[in-house]
Amino acid sequence: MRMSLSTGNALPVALLAGLALLPFAAAAADEPFFTAFFARVLIYAIAATALNVALGLGGLVSLGHALFLGLGMYSVALPAHFGIANGWIHVAACVASCGVVGILTGYVSLRTSGIAFIMITLAFAQMGYFLIVSLKQFGGDDGMAIPVASEFFGFSLGSPDSVYGVAFCLLVALTVWIARLRSAPFGMTLRAGRQNARRVASVGLSLSRYQLTAYVLSAILCGLAGMLLANLNAYASPSSMSWMVSGELIVMVVLGGMGSVFGPFLGTVAFLGIEEMLKAVTEHWMAVFGILILAVALLGKAGIAGLLARSGRSNSPARKGAKGPLLAESGVQP
Amino acid sequence: MSALLQTENLTKRYGALVVTDDVSLTVEEGELHAIIGPNGAGKTTLINQLSGELAPNGGAVRFAGKNVTAAGIDRRARQGLLRSYQITSVFDEFTVRENATLAALGTQRHAFSFWTSLLNDQKALEAADEGIAAAGLAALADVHASDLGYGERRQLELAMALAARPRFLLLDEPMAGMSVQESAAVVALLQSLKRKYTILLVEHDMNAVFALADRISVLVYGKLLVSGTPDEIRNNAEVRAIYLGEEEVGHS
Repeated sequence: MRMSLSTGNALPVALLAGLALLPFAAAAADEPFFTAFFARVLIYAIAATALNVALGLGGLVSLGHALFLGLGMYSVALPAHFGIANGWIHVAACVASCGVVGILTGYVSLRTSGIAFIMITLAFAQMGYFLIVSLKQFGGDDGMAIPVASEFFGFSLGSPDSVYGVAFCLLVALTVWIARLRSAPFGMTLRAGRQNARRVASVGLSLSRYQLTAYVLSAILCGLAGMLLANLNAYASPSSMSWMVSGELIVMVVLGGMGSVFGPFLGTVAFLGIEEMLKAVTEHWMAVFGILILAVALLGKAGIAGLLARSGRSNSPARKGAKGPLLAESGVQP
Repeated sequence: MSALLQTENLTKRYGALVVTDDVSLTVEEGELHAIIGPNGAGKTTLINQLSGELAPNGGAVRFAGKNVTAAGIDRRARQGLLRSYQITSVFDEFTVRENATLAALGTQRHAFSFWTSLLNDQKALEAADEGIAAAGLAALADVHASDLGYGERRQLELAMALAARPRFLLLDEPMAGMSVQESAAVVALLQSLKRKYTILLVEHDMNAVFALADRISVLVYGKLLVSGTPDEIRNNAEVRAIYLGEEEVGHS
């Protein structure tokens, strides 16, 4: 495993290093908004990285991952509603609910592929959304406030700073893991399945088992992001699990570079960063944003990570016959 | 010698069209058995039923004494029944070594490991490098499959099958689309694999078939016309009639 700091990795690593120092700078400058904003960025980066396991490595286009984000949020909100602040119980509820729902929906969804898979994951997510909306005793449409934050052995996620710290560590850990996973047998099997599903079976591997595992892992990790989001906002609402959030997560992964190590993180920073900047400039920010996304899409399927890898490659001797779309795959390799 | 692979009255229909018609075929342990037949004879359909990708409508497939008719391709592969494809199907994003190592791993164990690199699996890597060397790709082990030439991709296809340390190799037109030199290299390769593995070869190149095969089966319109030694097939009147105008059948 090469962990060399090529030009392709230098920017995301520098960004992460900067983010490690950000809360201290924000505190010094008395600008708590930045801590809260970047905590949100980190949390969505975790969700996007989680989605990347299914989407980027496995090629499973799930348009229903907001469901797991929502399950994570309500795993905090519901116990908290009844006065249970024990974070371990929240985590257990999150892992159990995302795990069970992931296994059930994944098992059914994976019997299909392509467009049908997209539609069926969307359908499951919408079912979850309307179920939460219909639960009037838990706020229904309006969502519910979270009176007590998750608490782990006295460490409370009640402040943006603490959420920020946990989110940062989780994202770094996840990113390191994805770097290993990509070349580990599990990741290689998923990537092989994305390229040629039939061939995976003929080497003796039962692809659907690996895909289901990837989907469930991805669901649980996404749920953890939801838990952090609930603590950050001290609020859980069905709007965070609308299908548009699922779509945004896909855009973040694709924008950053599907299947790459830093892609989901870069995509999330770009997506939320540009959104925030454009919002300040014009109320028609969505129109401008659309054009920007179109431009990145036209640049190629390798996304931002692919662009960085390519710029890193251009001043080093080119590998024999390296081709466009492959650069992200080979270039971002750790 | 005993039968390693056997079909009993294998039948496959698509509507009214019978593509595999009551085929009872026996491949002995250690032999190189070739299947020939005109275009549309149902050779690939038969191969797909042997490998487990296609379920027959009737009849049975036995491998190493066990009835595997209901087993899917992944289960048959783990029992040592490996195939290569007529249309090259390798993993383009991976290097030659990664392709072969994944193929080796697939028949050795599960892939539920989430941390250590695939290429650190010494057992799989060893089998992969053997397969790569046997297929003549040792010099290209670290090249991405997408950067290989056509013939080299066909060799990788073979390397992947060999990396799985098969008991039985199903080779679907390994020489399809190859240049004369490339074909000659594959014939030499198959010659070296003969006796080490039981091989069922589907091939259009008659010279290659008659040079390599211990026994040949002729498939016509889904029916098994005749099985025999190359000499028997060469002198068979019916086979000659089918390959009318190709009087040179197997003149090697």
